[in-house]
Amino acid sequence: MSYRETGVLTIEDLARKELLPSDERLRRGPVVILECPEEIPCNLCIYACPFKAISKDRIYSVPRVDFDKCIGCGACIPQCPGLAIFVVDLSRENYALISLPYEMLPKPEKDSIAVLLDREGREVGVGRIVKVWQYDKTWVVTVEVPRDKWWEVRNIRIQRK
Amino acid sequence: MPSDLRIIEHPILDFKRTRKISFFFENQVIEAYEGESILAALYAAGVRIFSFSENGVGRGLFCSIGRCSSCLAYVNKVPNVRICIEPVRDDIRVERQKGFPNLPLDTNVNYVRTERVKTDVLIVGAGPAGLKATLTLAELGFDVTLVNDHYKLGGQLVKQTHKFFGDKMYYGGIRGFKIAEKLVGEISKFSNVHVYTNAQAYGFFDENTIGVAVRGCDEKNLLVKPRAVVVATGAVEKSLLFENNDLPGVMGAGAAQTLMNEYGVKPSDKAVVIGSGNVGLIISYQLIQAGVNVEAVAEIMPSIGGWFVHAAKVRRLGVPILTKHTILRAEGTDRVERAVLSAVDNNFQPITGSEKVFNVDLILIAVGLQPNYSLLYQAGAICKYVAELGGFTPIRTWGMETSVPNVFVAGDASGIEEATTAFIEGEIAALTIAMKLGFDSNSISRRRSELMDFLWNEYRLAPVVERSRIGKLKVTVSEEEMEKIRKGVLY
Repeated sequence: MSYRETGVLTIEDLARKELLPSDERLRRGPVVILECPEEIPCNLCIYACPFKAISKDRIYSVPRVDFDKCIGCGACIPQCPGLAIFVVDLSRENYALISLPYEMLPKPEKDSIAVLLDREGREVGVGRIVKVWQYDKTWVVTVEVPRDKWWEVRNIRIQRK
Repeated sequence: MPSDLRIIEHPILDFKRTRKISFFFENQVIEAYEGESILAALYAAGVRIFSFSENGVGRGLFCSIGRCSSCLAYVNKVPNVRICIEPVRDDIRVERQKGFPNLPLDTNVNYVRTERVKTDVLIVGAGPAGLKATLTLAELGFDVTLVNDHYKLGGQLVKQTHKFFGDKMYYGGIRGFKIAEKLVGEISKFSNVHVYTNAQAYGFFDENTIGVAVRGCDEKNLLVKPRAVVVATGAVEKSLLFENNDLPGVMGAGAAQTLMNEYGVKPSDKAVVIGSGNVGLIISYQLIQAGVNVEAVAEIMPSIGGWFVHAAKVRRLGVPILTKHTILRAEGTDRVERAVLSAVDNNFQPITGSEKVFNVDLILIAVGLQPNYSLLYQAGAICKYVAELGGFTPIRTWGMETSVPNVFVAGDASGIEEATTAFIEGEIAALTIAMKLGFDSNSISRRRSELMDFLWNEYRLAPVVERSRIGKLKVTVSEEEMEKIRKGVLY
């Protein structure tokens, strides 16, 4: 089944769209992953990137990323209306870091524990929140994720106190 | 006392509730806040039935934007008031209607004075297309009269909490309600713009005059004589045929959006959404932000209707999107208690034995919209049924002029699309009017050409909006073709 039926992207889908950084680039440090496989008329990510790492030929082209220009700053994450941008950091040995957009309650807090969810909202573990910042009410949350779950985790749930 | 369903904490919105207002709902006293609609205040207090059929069956709300007839009620004995677009006021008396209302013989209505208004351009509707057209003409120095049937400006923008897609140059990246605030703020600076809210354009008359009923504190019958008109009346949500689809708790998806995002009233605890187009997907996400559990999104087609990114957002919140599924029936005694969904075969027929029961108190219908073309039709504009555009919509030139000279259309009334194209169509209509009214400037025609080029040769070429592009092409003609249509040679 394709993502048009499931609403879930596979790693092969992303590779086919040339939106998957190489293994070597992933290990080198934080890098952006745009989960935006369709030709939609939107160009905001281009303007969001301070390093001009994202480009589009036409307003509806699938975005193209220059993974060498991208430093994984995450400035684009809260500016994507589709909430389709993530930053993955596989440079550490013990865990991966995932930065993701979050627009739910309760608000995220640094050093608290979040439930890690996959692309279907299933729980796949827990992780410590290491960084939070906000842009126009969209939080960017960076969480520690088991290294082998770096592809799976794309959302979090925060338990109310 | 019934519970209060007002949302206090929301991840995106801050609900400013200032002055308290109390009014009478039959034998009950209802507490509300200034700025709320009567319907929203009643809903927050737990009321779910807003009128009764002749046989006593209770009716819920459906559209919540003044387009359907589900919430017509007596307000201070005046019948047929659309309480979804009527603001709460101190001490008013609201009563539900049963069947046809009583003749309004004792309403003690004051004489309504008539006022004649001459203006360059009348704009009907203050959504994205109407606001943009107003601003464009105001900046060029024209005298503009803007009328809007809701008591607030902004149309559906005011309840769009998500950041808009599109072009950075055309409000992309800004949340819809913020765009409305920005445009309304800019328009308010112009003394050559005259704004009437709570004002319904009810028809075209001879002598190029349009009647507008202005309600509220300063009631009057406005007879507007403009040199040109832009009809930007938006769209109406479509309903769906299934058993018990009139049970209170079955409503248009936009109605739930109005309750939760415009008024901060939580529409339910648990919901299912029927239809996985962008509207169904976006509203599912917003329901979760408002604290509602979305149990499922049903889609009768084999694949998801809306854009992948919207689907992914709700999927990673754990919401299943059931493709090849439809709703069989709603169940409940006087309001929705369950939704029964079923898988369908390749001919879209329900498969026996595949029923799934969801214990929900809300069933949202998100199966599309249709243009609100009635005023244009009354004006005599030649309309055409275009499935890709959601229904009937007027034939128009590339400059947005209909077959009635000097009457223009823009936004969803010109065929269902979305906000970015509504802004652009509104501006194109305004610039065409400026040129027609003799505003002699190369920059105007250059700007118009640029906009048309961007709209047709860039934005609408996106594969995901191909359907609406095909639809718009079916109703867009050249000036020469329009002249033939006006003479009855074409169509």
